Amino acid sequence: MKEFATLIRILSNSTKTNEKLDALSKYMATADAADRLWVLALFTGRRPKRTVNATQLSTWCLQMTGLPSWLYEECYHTVGDLAETIALLLPPGKSISVHPLHYWIDQLIQLEKADETTKQTFILKAWEELDTSERFVFNKLITGGFRIGVSQKMMVNALAATYDIPAATISHMISGNWDPQKTTIEALLSENITEADASKPFPFYLAYALETGPAELGVPEQWQAEWKWDGIRGQIIKRNGQLFVWSRGEELITEKFPEYQPLLDLLPEGTVLDGEILTFADGFPLPFQTLQTRIGRKNVTRKQLQEAPVAFLSYDLLEWEGQDIRTTALQERRQLLEQLVEKINHPTLRLSPAITFHDWGELAAFRLQAREKGSEGLMLKKLDSAYQVGRKRGDWWKWKIDPLTIDAVMIYAQKGHGRRSNLYTDYTFAVRDGEQLVSFTKAYSGLTDKEINEVDNWVKRNSIEKFGPVRTVKPELVFEIGFEGIAASNRHKSGVALRFPRILRWRKDKPVTEINTLTDLQQLLQMHKQ
Amino acid sequence: MQVLQFTDKGIYCPAGDFYIDPWQPVERAVITHAHSDHARYGSKHYLCQHDSVYLLQLRLGQDISVQGVAYGEVIRYNGVSISLHPAGHIIGSAQVRVQQGNEVWVFSGDYKVENDGISGQFEPVPCNTFITECTFGLPIYNWQPQAVIFSNIRQWVQDNQAAGKNSVILGYSLGKAQRLLYHLRDVTEQIWAHGAIYIPHQLLREKGWDLPEIHRITPETPASAYKNNLIIGPPSAADTSWMRRFNPYALGVCSGWMQVRGNMRRRNADAGFALSDHADWTGLLQAVRATGAEKVYTTHGFSSAFARYLTENGIPAQEVKTEYGDTDEELNIPETTPNEQ
Repeated sequence: MKEFATLIRILSNSTKTNEKLDALSKYMATADAADRLWVLALFTGRRPKRTVNATQLSTWCLQMTGLPSWLYEECYHTVGDLAETIALLLPPGKSISVHPLHYWIDQLIQLEKADETTKQTFILKAWEELDTSERFVFNKLITGGFRIGVSQKMMVNALAATYDIPAATISHMISGNWDPQKTTIEALLSENITEADASKPFPFYLAYALETGPAELGVPEQWQAEWKWDGIRGQIIKRNGQLFVWSRGEELITEKFPEYQPLLDLLPEGTVLDGEILTFADGFPLPFQTLQTRIGRKNVTRKQLQEAPVAFLSYDLLEWEGQDIRTTALQERRQLLEQLVEKINHPTLRLSPAITFHDWGELAAFRLQAREKGSEGLMLKKLDSAYQVGRKRGDWWKWKIDPLTIDAVMIYAQKGHGRRSNLYTDYTFAVRDGEQLVSFTKAYSGLTDKEINEVDNWVKRNSIEKFGPVRTVKPELVFEIGFEGIAASNRHKSGVALRFPRILRWRKDKPVTEINTLTDLQQLLQMHKQ
Repeated sequence: MQVLQFTDKGIYCPAGDFYIDPWQPVERAVITHAHSDHARYGSKHYLCQHDSVYLLQLRLGQDISVQGVAYGEVIRYNGVSISLHPAGHIIGSAQVRVQQGNEVWVFSGDYKVENDGISGQFEPVPCNTFITECTFGLPIYNWQPQAVIFSNIRQWVQDNQAAGKNSVILGYSLGKAQRLLYHLRDVTEQIWAHGAIYIPHQLLREKGWDLPEIHRITPETPASAYKNNLIIGPPSAADTSWMRRFNPYALGVCSGWMQVRGNMRRRNADAGFALSDHADWTGLLQAVRATGAEKVYTTHGFSSAFARYLTENGIPAQEVKTEYGDTDEELNIPETTPNEQ
C-alpha cells in the first residue's frame, strides 16, 4: 500500500507529464502483478463495487474524533475531498501495515454481504494500521475517483513502455468489458483481442477543436464535412450473434437502449459502427436534455421510450465482415457504411449526412445554420484518413459554433474541489427581472488562476450571508456566460436550462445595471429552442 | 467601557488611547510583529519588542519613531498597563497584554506554540478576554513535529541531488526563511538566497542571531554556484523568470496550506511541506484554554468556525473582522523588498 500511496502522491503533485509517466512506468515495472492490474483498473474507471458508503465513513470518523458534524462539514468544504478530509481528521495512525494494494481491495470486496458492525470493525482497524497518506488512498478506494491527471493515454504509454507493445494495441487491449477480479494483467495484455472478448470496442478516434478556421487545412476537395451532433458518442458491435452498445466513456449500455435490439438481426456478423446516440423524433434530433432522461436509468419505461426515442446516427464503419478496417481510407469506409445503412433500412440506424460544399466560405455559411439543424457545429475529416486511436491532430477536426452569451451577475459562491480546494470557484449567476435578480445558471470554469484568486479574495470580503457551504455575495461582479444551448425547464426559477454553461470573460467594465434581463433569456429560448 | 475595542482603524484601547497593529495611520501603535499586515506605514509612534525594532526600521524606514521594550516589561499609558509576551511566531513577535484596573485583555497577534529555536517560546498569559488569531482554525490542520518535517525536507534535498537537480524552497522572507536556515544550515555545501531573504538575514546575523552564512544571488552569479545546493526565495518569486537560472531544479513550498493536496497542486510545486509559523488546531485550543479567558474573540482565519466550536465547548467566543492576512498565511502578504531580476 505504501508504494501505491507514493505513486498517487507523485502523480498528484507533479505537473510534468514526463515525470508522471516515469513514475507510472516504474510502478508498472516493479509492483506486484495483482497490484498492477488494479492500478490499471482504477485509472481506467473500473472501480471495485462499493461495499461501504461515504455516509458510513463519515459517521465512523465522527465517532472516532468526537467532532460535531457541522465542523466536519466545514472541513469537508475546505478540503474539497471526503477521503482526504477523513485522513486529515483521524488521530495519527500506527503505520504498521505491510499489506499490498490488492489485499485491501479484496478485503473491501469481501465486505459486500457483511453486516454493519463487521464493516465498521474492518474500517477502523484499517485506519489504525495505515499512515495518513495510506489512509487517504484507502478511503479513496471506497469513495472512488482518483482525479490526479492520469489520462488513458498516459496509462497506455506507461504500459506500452513496460510491456514493449505498440500503444494503439494496448489501447485496444485494455478497452471494453474486462473485470479485474476475473483476469490477470498477463491475460489482458495477451495477443488475441476479439477472440477473447467479442464485446471489445475499438478505442475511439477523437478530434481536436479547430481554433482559427479551415483555410489552413488545404483544398476543400480532400475533406468531408458532417454535422457535429450533441448526443453520446457510441459504438454498436455485432459479433458472435450478439449486439453490444458502448459509450465513449467505455460503458456497456446495451440494455439502456432497447431500440437498438432490432439491429441484432439486421446487422451482418462482424460489424462495428461508430456514431452518435441521439434522441430523435420526426427525423429531427431532440435537445440533449431529453437524452439525459435516458442515461441515468437502468430500466427504461414505456413513457420514456415514447417521449425520448433514440436513434443511432452512424458516421463510420470500423469492422466489416469480421475484419478491422480502421486503416482503410475514410472515403472507402464511408462507401461501405452508406451501402450498409441503405440496405438495412431501419429507422433506428441512420446515416449522419455528409455536407456537400465547394469552398471553405460555403462551409462557413453552413456552420452558421448548425443550431437550426440541432447540431453544435461541424466535423471535418480528411477523406484519406485512417481511423486513429485517441485524440490526434491533423486528420479530424471539430469546428464548433460560437456559444450563446449572456452578461450576468454573481450572487452565490461555493468552494471548489481538488486543485481548487479552499477557494471560492463555483458560482451561481443571475439576470435582472425588474428590481429582482433571478438565478439561472451555475458555472465552474473559464477564469484564469489569477482571476480565481482575485474573485476568491473578493468573495471572502463581500459575503452577506452563509448557508452551509454557500455564501451569498453582494451582486457586484459581472461575467459573460457562454453556453451551447438553451431549453425550457421547470426545475429552475428562471424557467430555462443551459447546456455547457461556462464563464467566457470577467466584465470588469460593466456595471450590474447593464447586465442582461430575464426577457433577454426568454428571447434566446424562443429563438433557439428546438 | 471595553478595555479594547474593534474600530475601523484597528484594535483600540480608549483608556490608554493607543492602537494595536492598526491598519490606518494613528498617533500611537503597539506592534505585535514586523509582518507588513500587522506593522503598517504612517503612524507617529511605534512600540514593539526590542528585536522587532530593527525589523520594523528595515521595513518602514530608519526614521520612524519607535520604542523597544523587553518581554514582560510593563509600560503605562494613562493608567493602563501594557506588556509584551513571546508569541513564537517570528523573531521579535509578541502578544500584547493590556490591563485596566483588574481587567486583563490579551491580543495574541500571530503565534505558534511549538518552539522553533529562534522565535521564542509561546507564553500563555492569563487574562479575562483573549483575542486570538485562527489562521488554521480547523481540525484538518494539525502539524507534524518540526523535526519530522525538517527530516523530510533534508531527504527531499538529497533525492534532488541524486537526480541532478537543485533544490529551490519558497518561504516568506521574514520568519519562514530564518526558521528554514536555522534548521537546515548544513543541508548542502552552500545555501543561496534571493535578496529579499538575504537582506533581513544579514541584518539578523549582524544583530547576533545564530544563523548560518548564506550567499546572495545576483545577476552575475554563475549557474555552477547553485549546483546541488539549496536556494531560498520569497513566495512572490513563483512563476517568475527569476527561477529559470536554477534549471534543472525541484520546487518545494513550505506553508501550512500545504497540508491539503489541492493547495499544493495549485502552487505547481514539486513538493509541499506543511511547515507553519501559525498554531495548528490543537495549538490554538491549547493556547486558548491556557489563558483561562472567560471571553474569546477570534480573528483572521477560520474565525466563525473556531468561535462556534469554542462557544459549544464552554468558552463564549465571537468572531471579529480585522484586516490582517486574511486566510492566506503568506500568499496575500505583499513583499516589501523589490524583486531582483
